[in-house]
Amino acid sequence: MPVSVKNSEALFAALKSAGITLLSALPETWLVHVMQMAEDDPDMTLIRLNKEEEGVGISTGAHLAGRKSAMLMQNHGLLTSVNGIVSVAQLYRIPLLMVISYRGEMGERDPWQTEGGRITEPLLQSLGIIYRKLSDPETLAYQVRQAQTLADSSLRPVALLLTRELMWEE
Amino acid sequence: MLREEALRAVYPRLKDQVVVTIMGAVAVELYNLGHQPNFFYLEHGMGLASSMGLGLAVSLPKEKVTVLDGDGSVLMNLGSLSTLARYRPPNLTHWIFDNESLLSVGGFPTATGAGTDLAGIAEKAGAEHVVIADTVEAAERAFAEASERDGLSIIVSKVDAVGPTSFTMDINLLVNRFQFSDHLNGLRSP
Repeated sequence: MPVSVKNSEALFAALKSAGITLLSALPETWLVHVMQMAEDDPDMTLIRLNKEEEGVGISTGAHLAGRKSAMLMQNHGLLTSVNGIVSVAQLYRIPLLMVISYRGEMGERDPWQTEGGRITEPLLQSLGIIYRKLSDPETLAYQVRQAQTLADSSLRPVALLLTRELMWEE
Repeated sequence: MLREEALRAVYPRLKDQVVVTIMGAVAVELYNLGHQPNFFYLEHGMGLASSMGLGLAVSLPKEKVTVLDGDGSVLMNLGSLSTLARYRPPNLTHWIFDNESLLSVGGFPTATGAGTDLAGIAEKAGAEHVVIADTVEAAERAFAEASERDGLSIIVSKVDAVGPTSFTMDINLLVNRFQFSDHLNGLRSP
């Protein structure tokens, strides 16, 4: 599978270095290695979801209990989570960190991913969610820490988009 | 049974637990019994109270966490019953009050009145301890057992579609949120 193992390892290490000990996730091709690493790591709790919006509730509970967590999902999972993001995370000022695989962008060969790809950034913008696109493995740890810092200080959701360049080896 | 009667009967135990309620009648009735800093009222995000309970329970393993849920909310996030049953946090009680109605928005009937069986769904989702408690005595017993046992407990109670006369709560939702997180922070400190 041409999902980058090396960059998945760097991403998982970056999440840990930001103090995250709980991940809620729904499997997605680009995320398989990161999810396996989370499953295998005794210091990380992985909760596999049936639908991504559950993860907003889980992260909200974890945050109120003082635990750092993140949601790991595809951009279509972001679409399915919108009400939870607005009506729980934004309403209750929860620093929800969302790590999102950015399918349907430049280089996408699967036609079914392209509609979601086209509206991912406009959606984040209209929700007022600050986001960054991650493509450089060298700065992953820094970017994840910066995102966590902003989420914690603003008490609002922050998103990191995992690009094809980062996750996929052509 | 009235939901308010059941809540009143178990209030002495609830008072010492981390409690998440859904919006509307459940929140108001618990609030009117006596607000505590360990009570959180989820005023929107319908369906996510049980997911919040899971996040709280896995993050606070030494505390008992109870979610006071309703049929309308559970039906909106049925997948959550399966996630709860999969991870079965031993310190979580998920109590579903089923009035077969979306009471807070005018009493529209839900699918549970047409035969959908939430206790049956919870059992088939893999939850091993599912109790039906439709009287105050049964509710008191079921909640006492849930509070003392080590394992995920799901209680389903049929209740009358009757709510409070007023839905007003004299607490700002952000005040509730920060009071709750401050309180939980205190629980975690040695």
